[in-house]
Amino acid sequence: MIAIVDYGAGNIFSVKNALDYLGIDNKLTSDAKELENADRIILPGVGAFPWAMKKLEESGLIPVIKEQAKVKPFLGICLGMQLIFDKGYEFGETDGLGLIHGSVEKIERENLSVPHMGWNSLIYNKKCPILNGIPEGEYVYFVHSFAAKCDDDSIGAYCDYGGKVTALVYDGKYVYGTQFHPEKSGKTGLKMLKTFSELV
Amino acid sequence: MLAKRIVPCLDVRDGKVVKGVNFVGIKEVGDPVECAAEYDRQGADEIVFLDITASNEGRGTMLDVVRRTAQKVFVPLTVGGGIRTIDDFRDTLRAGADKVSVNSAAVKNPQLIKEAADIFGSQCVVVAIDAKKCDDGHYTVVINGGRIDMGIDAVEWARKAEELGAGEILLTSMDTDGVKGGFDLDMLNAVCSVVKIPVIASGGCGKLEHFTEVFEKTNSSAALAASLFHYKELTVGQVKEEMQKHNIPVRTV
Repeated sequence: MIAIVDYGAGNIFSVKNALDYLGIDNKLTSDAKELENADRIILPGVGAFPWAMKKLEESGLIPVIKEQAKVKPFLGICLGMQLIFDKGYEFGETDGLGLIHGSVEKIERENLSVPHMGWNSLIYNKKCPILNGIPEGEYVYFVHSFAAKCDDDSIGAYCDYGGKVTALVYDGKYVYGTQFHPEKSGKTGLKMLKTFSELV
Repeated sequence: MLAKRIVPCLDVRDGKVVKGVNFVGIKEVGDPVECAAEYDRQGADEIVFLDITASNEGRGTMLDVVRRTAQKVFVPLTVGGGIRTIDDFRDTLRAGADKVSVNSAAVKNPQLIKEAADIFGSQCVVVAIDAKKCDDGHYTVVINGGRIDMGIDAVEWARKAEELGAGEILLTSMDTDGVKGGFDLDMLNAVCSVVKIPVIASGGCGKLEHFTEVFEKTNSSAALAASLFHYKELTVGQVKEEMQKHNIPVRTV
């Protein structure tokens, strides 16, 4: 069973809809016990970094998330991916979950619009199990104004939007994060979710 | 690099697609959920539902359509038509829409754009602009299917919409809409030159070349079409194949 962390962030139903469509057992939950009992965890999220961290703190789930991400597959999506890092700089500095070293900073592009929104193609950087069976260059759907800055070694894939933008991160063990929305990325995204559900 | 998007649009009234649709296995008055799923299969990058329901009761029906679509379609969904208030935005997004498009209500009350962007984020606020060319050469904003000229400069309105927090402009030319002679390249260029946010070209496509033309001759980020896809004159796949031949960045499925 995949536990989808329900901490009051918007748009979590689209992740649930996608897993339901794929026939993958899942549950929206804000219960620490259920995160412990789940096979794997998805942290979704849409909104602002400090607000989301505050919600997570209020839910009391931060210790269990940090602990469980060391022992089972964990996927952060969009803002959920950004929360994985040490710090976020949206409306000031906020501590993140620190599952992967790095920070989340505003995308600055002189001649391009921010948010970076639309279908962009993946450029691979490092072998990452969640990308198995997906050819490089596939398009996935992005909507974000902030992006992760981290060691090259943590980046599974990036995309080009007037320069490199971190698209997918992986700690080499259990922790994955996608800046894009697999649940909105058509067949490619669904395949990634399916692969995640089968990771050991 | 961002792909140029192909966006089929469905007119929905009282929960039904109102244009005759002839997809295999779908009846003439189609189920929007099935139509959207078919477009997804063809490779649509986004799907737009335009609610043309007149009554208030119909809004609940539309939300149900959105909810059911979100269970089967895994590309972004934009819903517009009759959006007037922040509550309309909230209800539509909660039902599963990724973006909400607002047209005449924003013309009458531009602050609606700012409020919606502040609460829900620019990325889900699409400002739809219907415009036509005036005798003096500038473009004017019209509402009610072109019947009412608002006396507002369309290019200036697009710029202001961006400033207020719109995430995207859906620009329909009432001069080319339904004519099938191609998109309104001049109008699109006029708007694209003043905004950084994506502009979706709408109105006028009648054949394959019109899609490649709009991407080669304007900075439009997406092209929207309704009847062309409804009546199966073209599939999304055919359009994308043609775009690929022209080296336009495109997502294929």
